[in-house]
Amino acid sequence: MKNQPELVKLIDTTLCTACRGCQVACKQWNELPGLKTKQLGTYQNPPDLQWNTWTLIRFQEYEDKDGNFQWIFRKDGCMHCTDAACVKVCPSGSLYYTPMKTVGIHHDKCIGCKECVAACPFHIPKHDAKTDKVYKCDLCYSRIKESHVPACVKSCPTGALTIGDKDAMIKKAYARVKELGGDANVYGDKFVNGTHVIYVLQFKPEVYDELPVNPTVPASVTLWKDLLKPLSLLGAGGVLGGAFFHYMIHGPKVPDDQNGGQDSANAEGGK
Amino acid sequence: MTNHYCDLKNADVILIMGSNAAEHHPIAFKWILRAKEKGATIIHVDPRYTRTSARCDFHVPLRSGTDIAFLGGMINYILENNKYFKDYVLNYTNASFIVGSDFSFNDGLFSGYDAKKRKYDKATWVLEKDGSGIPKRDMTLTNPRSVFQMLKKHYSRYTLDKVSSITGVSKENLLKVYEIYAATGVPDKAGTECYALGWTHHTTGSQNIRTMSIVQLLLGNMGIAGGGINALRGEPNVQGSTDHCILYGNLPGYLKMLSASLESLDHYLEKYTPVSKDPQSANYYSNYPKFFVSFLKSLWDDKSTKENQFGYNWLPKMDDGKHYSTMHMFDAMYEGKVKGYFCIGADTAVSTPNSNKVRKAMENLDWLVGENIFNNETYEFWRGPGVDPAKIKTECFLLPAAATMEKEGSQSNSGRWVQWKYKAAEAPGDALPVGEIEIKIMAEIKKLYEKEGGPNAEAIVNLKWDYLDSKGHFDVMKVAKRINGVFLEDTVIEDKAKGTKTEFKKGQLVPGFGNLQLDGKTACGNWCISGSYTADGINKMASRGKEDPTGLGLFPNWAFAWPVNRRILYNRASCDMNGKPYNPKRKLLEWTGEKWVGDVPDGPWPPQADKEKGKYPFIMQKDGLGALFGPGMAEGPFPEHYEPLEGPLTKNPLSGQLMNPAAEIFKSDMDKVANASEKFPYVCTTYSCTEHWCTGALTRWQAWLLEMQPELYVEIGDKLAKEKGIKNGERIKVSSIRGEAPCIAMVTKRFKPFMVEGKEVHQVGMPFNYGWLFPKDSTSDSTNILTPTVGDANTFCPEYKAFMVNVEKL
Repeated sequence: MKNQPELVKLIDTTLCTACRGCQVACKQWNELPGLKTKQLGTYQNPPDLQWNTWTLIRFQEYEDKDGNFQWIFRKDGCMHCTDAACVKVCPSGSLYYTPMKTVGIHHDKCIGCKECVAACPFHIPKHDAKTDKVYKCDLCYSRIKESHVPACVKSCPTGALTIGDKDAMIKKAYARVKELGGDANVYGDKFVNGTHVIYVLQFKPEVYDELPVNPTVPASVTLWKDLLKPLSLLGAGGVLGGAFFHYMIHGPKVPDDQNGGQDSANAEGGK
Repeated sequence: MTNHYCDLKNADVILIMGSNAAEHHPIAFKWILRAKEKGATIIHVDPRYTRTSARCDFHVPLRSGTDIAFLGGMINYILENNKYFKDYVLNYTNASFIVGSDFSFNDGLFSGYDAKKRKYDKATWVLEKDGSGIPKRDMTLTNPRSVFQMLKKHYSRYTLDKVSSITGVSKENLLKVYEIYAATGVPDKAGTECYALGWTHHTTGSQNIRTMSIVQLLLGNMGIAGGGINALRGEPNVQGSTDHCILYGNLPGYLKMLSASLESLDHYLEKYTPVSKDPQSANYYSNYPKFFVSFLKSLWDDKSTKENQFGYNWLPKMDDGKHYSTMHMFDAMYEGKVKGYFCIGADTAVSTPNSNKVRKAMENLDWLVGENIFNNETYEFWRGPGVDPAKIKTECFLLPAAATMEKEGSQSNSGRWVQWKYKAAEAPGDALPVGEIEIKIMAEIKKLYEKEGGPNAEAIVNLKWDYLDSKGHFDVMKVAKRINGVFLEDTVIEDKAKGTKTEFKKGQLVPGFGNLQLDGKTACGNWCISGSYTADGINKMASRGKEDPTGLGLFPNWAFAWPVNRRILYNRASCDMNGKPYNPKRKLLEWTGEKWVGDVPDGPWPPQADKEKGKYPFIMQKDGLGALFGPGMAEGPFPEHYEPLEGPLTKNPLSGQLMNPAAEIFKSDMDKVANASEKFPYVCTTYSCTEHWCTGALTRWQAWLLEMQPELYVEIGDKLAKEKGIKNGERIKVSSIRGEAPCIAMVTKRFKPFMVEGKEVHQVGMPFNYGWLFPKDSTSDSTNILTPTVGDANTFCPEYKAFMVNVEKL
């Protein structure tokens, strides 16, 4: 595992045709089931990321103040932060940094505390009530550690998804933005100490559904990591400490998955 | 495609019209994006803003079924503003030819129309010839009877105002497209067009494409890298199946199907072998008899002889004036005239227009045989919605077939690349490749005919289908070799020009269709594909060389492109009359003074400036030149705008002819029509989506795909939804005079109303990917319950793209 480069996946939204090959390839490689859904008046389906959907193309009908129309497609999924709130709060060691600086996940270690769900500034990790575990994209760790590109990148027909050495990819993103001009911008390299998934966006970040403009690691997470977590590890161990911390902040554990099942989702969806 | 997918990257302007390329050709779309990266302008003209529109430079909405008006306006713009490529138009098209004096056009009708038969007598659609039988030409293009002037006159009626009023496209948008596209009418620019079912699925489908051919000829965009007219064909071998005659009017290699009045081989060959007296016209189809006789030999081998006209009369013949499309087949079935039906790899109860009629028609069958990898609504018609199984007498069989990845063989892409593929997995259970099923069924039929005889028994008993291997399995290599062509006797071929004689042995594969013989010494299953398997046993279809010597992405060593590995058709037109490339930066071909260098040229002859040996570039045309005047079409030599069978208008704004005068009208009691009806006020169009394939008969079984697109929806503009009080995601009903389809409303900004003849016209759209059989709790059925039985006058490709509906809250 030595000499592994720090990887960055670049999502160039201006090349995406929303074919959703990535959405399917992700499920195929990670052996995730397709679940029963309904047509909710949008192409976006499932309506949100959920335990079996680690990447999702968001469809959004956007009209600017001058009436110019654009159907926006954005591939959503884990951003693989350098300062990852999820890793910081994870009491069980389930979430961890890989040698490529991406955020991996050991499902066998997950205790279903949902701390990561609450902490993630991008609303990525999703809890499955049935297995009582949290799921998210691990950038196909099983592939990248063998020097294969992630399944989503492999499936992309247009070159909207590429992956490579961090510096090279950031350079590529800025070159592309320069070429595109207008409001085009690079999203991801400037916050949480840089994410390992970055976007080339056509519009300013505030235009996009479900995309935080200034994502930060919540203060409570910093508190936990820097103060309480070391204390709890000294005491009853991470797992118990995590549970305790969860109880202190959120009260008793709620069994239902708040973000997953489609029935509870906003019927308007995103288009 | 006249060109091929990789070549799209060479274009300066790409007009995507009649296609939703990004959604239906997601892999191929990368070549369009590559052109865009290099600075090309990508234009999408389509009724609906789609995923394609999102990636184009701009989208222009157009009312369904008005493409000819839109393009007619472009022809008018090009001619009025002198934007055409003069050298090309003068020398490489029939612009200078003189139209016969009896030809006329009046109020939407060309001369020779028979209203009762809804058919033209084409006797007056001719070009004048001089005493030696060579077409007369006016190289000044000023003769009012010249094709050029006639064309100009015809399209002068397609003014901006008129076109805007018909199509619902703003004048500003029309001009924007016309200006950008017409700017390619210069030697160093290339414009290409990508179409698909958005053009073919109309009563004027063939003429939609013809209109664009005229545009491309005027701009000098045919035969060049980054140019041409490119039909983006379906993923699963649509090109290959068409090459091998899936259409009723064809035999393999686009040879013509026989008709009853052509009683002998000589009659047939005389009718379909074009004759040109012009020494500069290669008239390559003068070789038609060699292709046809070799095809007959491929069927019956030594049983087909000169004495029995090579078995000509064993082939079935169509009744003159009758057509045999799927729509005709179901019409006849509905009338009880068809008793048995093989439905192979299709779901016609979902895919054929007016599905209720189709399903009713199937009740008249004695037997039905399906061959497929999954069950579908066609094979289960006997227990479909509203059907009482106890009352159905049809005996149904479903034979399990191997899927595409479970068998070896060739697949042809839209660029005419015949690509060999290998078997990836064994077929499950008893499933067999369809080819093997057919051969085994035919073997049994043959035995029955040998024993019992029957009508036309010789055709069956003499059939040479020795395509099984030693273990009794379908041997695709044997078929591939027979398609390529083989010498049936030792043959010496003399090349008088070169003064050489070459000897071929019996059993040797023919090097190409140039070697096919008229006297029965060769057998060839499909002359187009000849040359795909070399005499020394190399399967060129399997070649995977990535060399790109021209830098244009021709990849001559990747697979085999028909004909003769030519990557861009009519490529000699990329050079001037002396064989110098019009655009040296995209040098497709060049005449060195001795030979052509670059792509495989359209024939070896010198360029046309050599009056002695030179030939015109359009070698498959009788006169050797691009046809601005095209008398082969059913509805006229110049495309004309007609309204769809069902539309919002009672009068064609351009003439007294409302709909295509040559399109056939079906008259059964289930073929109801509601034109300009208050009950069905909205234009509807149908399409597929990326996530499903065609009827969904393959993809609806796949949970990952179904999760993304679970059930039938109708895309409806937000303005119309507001008027009707319909909310996004609400279950509603869409109906036509022929039936109803409950579905989910997808309220969107991507459909906008059109201003047509001063009136606001709304359009809605629905995918046709759903059926009642599965998923198990399906609440959807086929969108084709709504569509009318009507089609193109030349091909009978159904009108799926424009008809009238109502949308209502439930």
